[in-house]
Amino acid sequence: MSADSTSTYLSAAECTEIDHEISHAPTPAAVAIDALKIVQAHRGWVSDDSLTALAEYLGMSAAELDGIATFYSLIYRKPVGEQVISLCDSVTCWIKGYDRLQAHISGRLGVGLGETTADNKYTFLPAPCLGACDRAPVMMLGDDLHQDLDEKKLDQILQSGSFNKGGEV
Amino acid sequence: MPTIYIDDQPYEVPEGDNVLQACLSAGLDLPYFCWHPAMGSVGACRQCALVQFRDEQDTQGRIVMGCMTPVAEGARFSMQGPDASEFRSKIIQSLMLNHPHDCPVCAEGGECHLQDMTVMVGHRKRSYRGRKNTHRNQYLGPLVHHEMNRCIACYRCTRYYNDYAGGTDLAAQGAHDHVYFGRQQDGVLESEFAGNLVEVCPTGVFTDKPLVNDYTRKWDLQSAPSVCVGCALGCNTSVGERYGKLKRIHNRYNTEVNNYFLCDRGRYGGNFVNDESRPLFAGLRNQQQRYDAIEQQQALDTLAEWCGTGRRVAAIGSPRASLESNYLLRRLVGVENFNSGMADHEAALLSQVHGLLASNGVVTPSLQQVEHADAVFILGEDVTNTAPRLALALRQSVRSKAFELAAELKIPVWQDEAVRVLAQQQRSPLHIVAMSDTRLDDVAASTAAHSPDDIARLGYAVAAALDNSLPAIEDLASDLQSRAQQIADDLRSASRPLVISGTASQSAAVIDAAAAIARALSQTDKMLSFCLPEANSLGVAMLADAQQPSFSELTRRSNNGEIDTLLVLENDLYRRAPQSSVEALLKNAGKVVVLDCVDTATMSCSALALPTASFAEAEGTLVSSEARAQRYYPAFLPAEQRQPAWQWLKQMGQQLQPARFDPLPHFDDITAACAADCPALSRIAEAGPNAGFRIRGLKVPRQPHRYSGRTAMLSNHNVHEPKQPVDEDTPLAFTMEGASGARPGALLPFVWAPGWNSNQSVHKFQSRVGGPVSGGTAGVRLIEPQQEVSHSVLPPQPVFTASDAVLWLLPLHRIFGSDELSARAPAVAELVSQPFIQLNTTSAHRLNLNEGDYAILSWADTRCEVQVQINDAIPDGCAGYGMDLPGAAWLPPDTHASITAADGGSDV
Repeated sequence: MSADSTSTYLSAAECTEIDHEISHAPTPAAVAIDALKIVQAHRGWVSDDSLTALAEYLGMSAAELDGIATFYSLIYRKPVGEQVISLCDSVTCWIKGYDRLQAHISGRLGVGLGETTADNKYTFLPAPCLGACDRAPVMMLGDDLHQDLDEKKLDQILQSGSFNKGGEV
Repeated sequence: MPTIYIDDQPYEVPEGDNVLQACLSAGLDLPYFCWHPAMGSVGACRQCALVQFRDEQDTQGRIVMGCMTPVAEGARFSMQGPDASEFRSKIIQSLMLNHPHDCPVCAEGGECHLQDMTVMVGHRKRSYRGRKNTHRNQYLGPLVHHEMNRCIACYRCTRYYNDYAGGTDLAAQGAHDHVYFGRQQDGVLESEFAGNLVEVCPTGVFTDKPLVNDYTRKWDLQSAPSVCVGCALGCNTSVGERYGKLKRIHNRYNTEVNNYFLCDRGRYGGNFVNDESRPLFAGLRNQQQRYDAIEQQQALDTLAEWCGTGRRVAAIGSPRASLESNYLLRRLVGVENFNSGMADHEAALLSQVHGLLASNGVVTPSLQQVEHADAVFILGEDVTNTAPRLALALRQSVRSKAFELAAELKIPVWQDEAVRVLAQQQRSPLHIVAMSDTRLDDVAASTAAHSPDDIARLGYAVAAALDNSLPAIEDLASDLQSRAQQIADDLRSASRPLVISGTASQSAAVIDAAAAIARALSQTDKMLSFCLPEANSLGVAMLADAQQPSFSELTRRSNNGEIDTLLVLENDLYRRAPQSSVEALLKNAGKVVVLDCVDTATMSCSALALPTASFAEAEGTLVSSEARAQRYYPAFLPAEQRQPAWQWLKQMGQQLQPARFDPLPHFDDITAACAADCPALSRIAEAGPNAGFRIRGLKVPRQPHRYSGRTAMLSNHNVHEPKQPVDEDTPLAFTMEGASGARPGALLPFVWAPGWNSNQSVHKFQSRVGGPVSGGTAGVRLIEPQQEVSHSVLPPQPVFTASDAVLWLLPLHRIFGSDELSARAPAVAELVSQPFIQLNTTSAHRLNLNEGDYAILSWADTRCEVQVQINDAIPDGCAGYGMDLPGAAWLPPDTHASITAADGGSDV
């Protein structure tokens, strides 16, 4: 199976980056996750049209690729704000105060989980696990991991407004 | 056979099984969800947990999954112990967290594996008080209904749909507690086997949409064992009825034929039985060319007059009618006046196939044997569209390579995920040379599309590469020569090579080439299979007699005024021969009498039309393409004047020739007479138990013991409960009372066992899980390989040269539409494409035609307009023609047509 080398939908830059991944993979479909991240880096999220074009490019079905895209909480299948807050809701973070932190963020930003602030600055999402249980509770803001969170620390992070823009791959 | 201990009881279990299989085979009720006998184990649902002990001293043990644990000599398990029981109960509890309390409105209710397992573990009280996840359901087409909220995420659907059936448009979406099984977007499920989701899903996520729309619970269905009439494979089915309507068709387990699965034509095509246009009364055409409904006796008297002494009577039988009906028709008019109902070309192909099956010295495989083939070569067939269930078996055959690899590493075959991951894309070779692309191309080692002439030449080249004594094929292009060599090498190095061809290409040479390849192979376990057009095509070919007049001979007699009365049995002649020739045949034949269960163009030409019972309302014997004679039984009594065709013919015979017909009062007598008169069919009585068969003195009930409302069903007409009809012709009864438990596979109207209301209860009827039905496999194979008779191959085909003036119309069959009866079922009709022609880009460009344009095709005296599809798989000089689709002109074999654009395009 070889990748469809042209796509009218994907940009030349996206195709170049995806082709580079394919060059060291056994089959085009094997780079599905990387390809989704590439498209997301260029477009901010993965729309249905992007998904369909990418599936065709990789020689797989849209259903199969969407199965992968929706499995990972860091692939966005809906538009997101300028930065994404991913608050871990797995068991360790939950024991260490997830509920409190979630209420605090929602209260401060005026949005619930899965929502984007009116100024399009933040999207607030749950994350299944960020792999930092020893420093729970944790969250990601953009590409930065924030650990040992409490309300005070949250306020500082959100107040500073500084973050690394997500999407680097 | 190793001995294992379950709760300290010893059980001898089959070597190589897993513990879940072993428990079920031993009759123990171990709950499970994700395991499926045809799909193996993945250990996903954690439901079949047991405690395994190291040895007799170990009292603590550890939890293991039955489906993931191989049996081993002396292994000790606890199934009933508190640890195992509690574990299983908690699993159900967690699976049920998000499951709605909607059993009363769920189409699965009463035959739900999830209900059964929940009751089995004793999880009776729902303690979860939180909010349940809900999902949006998808439109999945006219066949399958989607209700995602009921999902317990066992993954059986995607494992079946993708891994087993090769579908790509259904997938698990999301993760953890919000997994969603569906398509990427709403739309018709693409797989031709999607309907099996209805039976694979252990709960009500995927249900039978036509049934949902006109619903009856399983326990209220009156059912009968039946045989699919959708193609020649003869899949075993269970037909369920209520209120005189066919409600649904389910798979009937036959380990040698369809195993656990049907195709969607078979599952949904039977609903033509409910078509209100089906004739109900005998109709006599009056002066105004309309039909007057007449009494049955008046119809028989009319027939006696028209067929009486001095009248020259001829009859045309049918490859979609039972052997019994065909035989009685022949008996009535005499063999010299009977034609099997196939035009000359088709009859010749069937006769050729019958001859080859009988004398080629090669096994005609059951579908089970097909699944185990380790190299396959298909010539001229798009199997998914001509013998659909065979395509599903072939998808399993390419996994032979995976099982070989697994055996080397001692991985059990049921370790499904491990075997798949091990094999990745490695498959046993499947080579396809057809007339266009096919639906099996994705698992094929090589595919090519050619004209039938070139398919035959390639086939002979493969045979020559296997056997030096055969003549080499001259002028074969070098790429074809090397392809032939590759195919020959693959077939030669296999243990169980299989060659498949059939009548779809309408080419005697293609069939001959396939047989030559099979003969040239030296393996003992070599196989040769032919795809045939209709449910009883091989049966009527085996019934055929050398003295029989051909179709053209009957046409000649009719046109010469030599036929006073023509009887046509369940056959639309307009699907057999050109319109003008059929019109002349019917016009010149004096009185035309048509017996049919559906209203056809031929019936509209009759002077007398007789309504017959469909497969769901009659008994009969069909011979499948495997030469397996199988019996179908009526699920319900036909309405009004409908009766089985053999019943009409018997009554006619009794009136006209009492001495020859009075000795045949019952169905079994007719079967026996047919067997006695036709040596090739001598064993057909063994196709199914006869009317005298009893189990412990009892008949087999068609109704489950919970069948309800029998007294109320007709109370809007009459408050008195009518006597249940007596069935004198079969061992089945129209009642709830009768034999239960083990019985022959031919007599499984439905499956049910205590505690097992769903179709999973089938294992209670198997000799061991996944094995044959304990009472015997249904059907009898009529042809076993004989000593090979010496054969000579046909003279080599000329090289096909593409012409600019005309294109060769290659018949392309469609699973939905090419079959006469199933296309009348409303749900299937939604999927039937309109008449089409497929052109490759070169031809389309030359003809100035684009996708979606309309083109006019002309050949002989036919002109028809069809829609253009572009398909670059179509060979040069050829065009694909949608075969036998509703509204399409009948395509004679070997038709070369000129093609023009319907409006404003240029001529060829």
